[in-house]
Amino acid sequence: MTSQEIFDRLNAQFGAVSDAGIESKLDAPVDPCIKVSTTHLKSIALFLRDDEELQFEHCSCLSGVDLKGKFAVVYQLASLTRKHKITIRVEVPADAPTVPSLESVWKTANWHEREAFDMFGIVFTGHPDLRRILMPYDWEGHPLRKDYQVPEFYNGMRVPY
Amino acid sequence: MTDSTTTQTTTSSGRTLRTEEMIINMGPQHPATHGVLRLELVVDGEIVHEVIPHIGYLHRCFEKHCEHMTNYQQVIPYVDRMDYCAAMNNEFSYVVAAERLLKIEVPERVQYIRVIMAELNRIASHLIAIGTYGIDIGAFTPFLYCFIDREMILNLFEMTCGARLLYNYMWIGGLSHDLPPEFAPKTKEFCTYYRKRIEEFNNLLTFNKIFVKRTANVGVLPKDVAINYGCSGPMLRGSGVDWDLRRDDPYSVYNKIEWEVCVGKGEMGTVGDCWDRHIVRMREMEQSLIIIEQALAQLPEGDVQAAIPKRIRPNPGEVYARTESPRGELGFYIVSDGTATPYRVKGRAPAFSNLSVIGEISRGAMIADMIAIAGSTDIVLGEVDR
Repeated sequence: MTSQEIFDRLNAQFGAVSDAGIESKLDAPVDPCIKVSTTHLKSIALFLRDDEELQFEHCSCLSGVDLKGKFAVVYQLASLTRKHKITIRVEVPADAPTVPSLESVWKTANWHEREAFDMFGIVFTGHPDLRRILMPYDWEGHPLRKDYQVPEFYNGMRVPY
Repeated sequence: MTDSTTTQTTTSSGRTLRTEEMIINMGPQHPATHGVLRLELVVDGEIVHEVIPHIGYLHRCFEKHCEHMTNYQQVIPYVDRMDYCAAMNNEFSYVVAAERLLKIEVPERVQYIRVIMAELNRIASHLIAIGTYGIDIGAFTPFLYCFIDREMILNLFEMTCGARLLYNYMWIGGLSHDLPPEFAPKTKEFCTYYRKRIEEFNNLLTFNKIFVKRTANVGVLPKDVAINYGCSGPMLRGSGVDWDLRRDDPYSVYNKIEWEVCVGKGEMGTVGDCWDRHIVRMREMEQSLIIIEQALAQLPEGDVQAAIPKRIRPNPGEVYARTESPRGELGFYIVSDGTATPYRVKGRAPAFSNLSVIGEISRGAMIADMIAIAGSTDIVLGEVDR
């Protein structure tokens, strides 16, 4: 299926739901993308995974992006049976960065969400084990935020070198 | 974490231990963890109840560094250091992403040389994987065989670009050096030689009775679990999923080359066991030889630096490019804001997702089998932690 067909199928299912916020970004300069709101993210994800024609059973990548004032979470999905792919994107305000966890839909989201939490401080609600993953457990701050300041000391050791 | 005077009663994930359970740490300083990985094992005697991997010991802020480069080209040496066993494949993925962002057409000769290099590096990387796997299981000799052969590949790389491990060879739009004249004959020679060696190696390790007993029916990864956990590469194909990005989402010139995708069939035990993952790697090396020979035969003439842009400043946009590295789907998600510096680079490392499944497939295993399972996932911690 082309990105337009995937969007049409998703829009047919969720377009009538007022706060699903499905928005086509298929004319994006490089990669086509579908923007959705966080309210119905989980049901949209389940639909994408389980629908007979879509079958996005593989979540390739999940990345957080700091857009200065808001955060984006970008999901790259792929279907091994149908051999198509799509990018799903949600945006949340920086002062309340919560996104529903998709761990129960794709298990691979577990570690990727932990990474996004570690690096950006995005909180994934419903995640079973939201701990830091790459940074030490007692590290302060979220390093990939654009306004991140490197702490002077970590456990008595000087950090900037 | 608890202090040393009290006994630990909960796992890091928050579960309370039962009376008969205890926690054993495997790593971070353990020869069979292939780097610095700590596995927190919750065991009852010899039986593993739960595995909680702790990663990040090798975290070098790759993504943060990328945001502070002065241009896109400078990222490539850092990319090399993600998966240091297969630096060519990492560069390949990054340059494919950057070129799609810049909308550059790359000359055919460059494409073919990249494929040859990536496949040679795939063999070199698989040689480390299977060699060290032999050591994990207790067979030392095959490891030395692997390193003799890997040395030949490294010599080919050294002949081409001067470096043996971290190459900085593929540049955005081109290559740092063209192939030297003696490269093609030496590579053909290697292909002929190595085909025989694979057979020898199979007799030495793959079909060795002890090796089969240690790996068949151990760490079985079912198909649906593999897909749900985002596994890729030999991990996924070992579970019988016929999926290879070189064929199913072709990039570069892979669609002009004929070869086969190898999948695990459960010949020695169950589909998706450790032996299946091993045999997929062995057969993939044969296929890589086929790809290299075809690419050498089709190699066109041309200037490898003709398409290198003078000024790399992509228009605002986002791209996710994925390629098949020796460990699986290696993707780069790059966000450009129109300046010369990448706004955001995320490396989707295959070993990261492949490692996350380890808790699922080792529940109920013996501690000794943990080594066999961890080895068969073929992780490189440089890539997991970035």
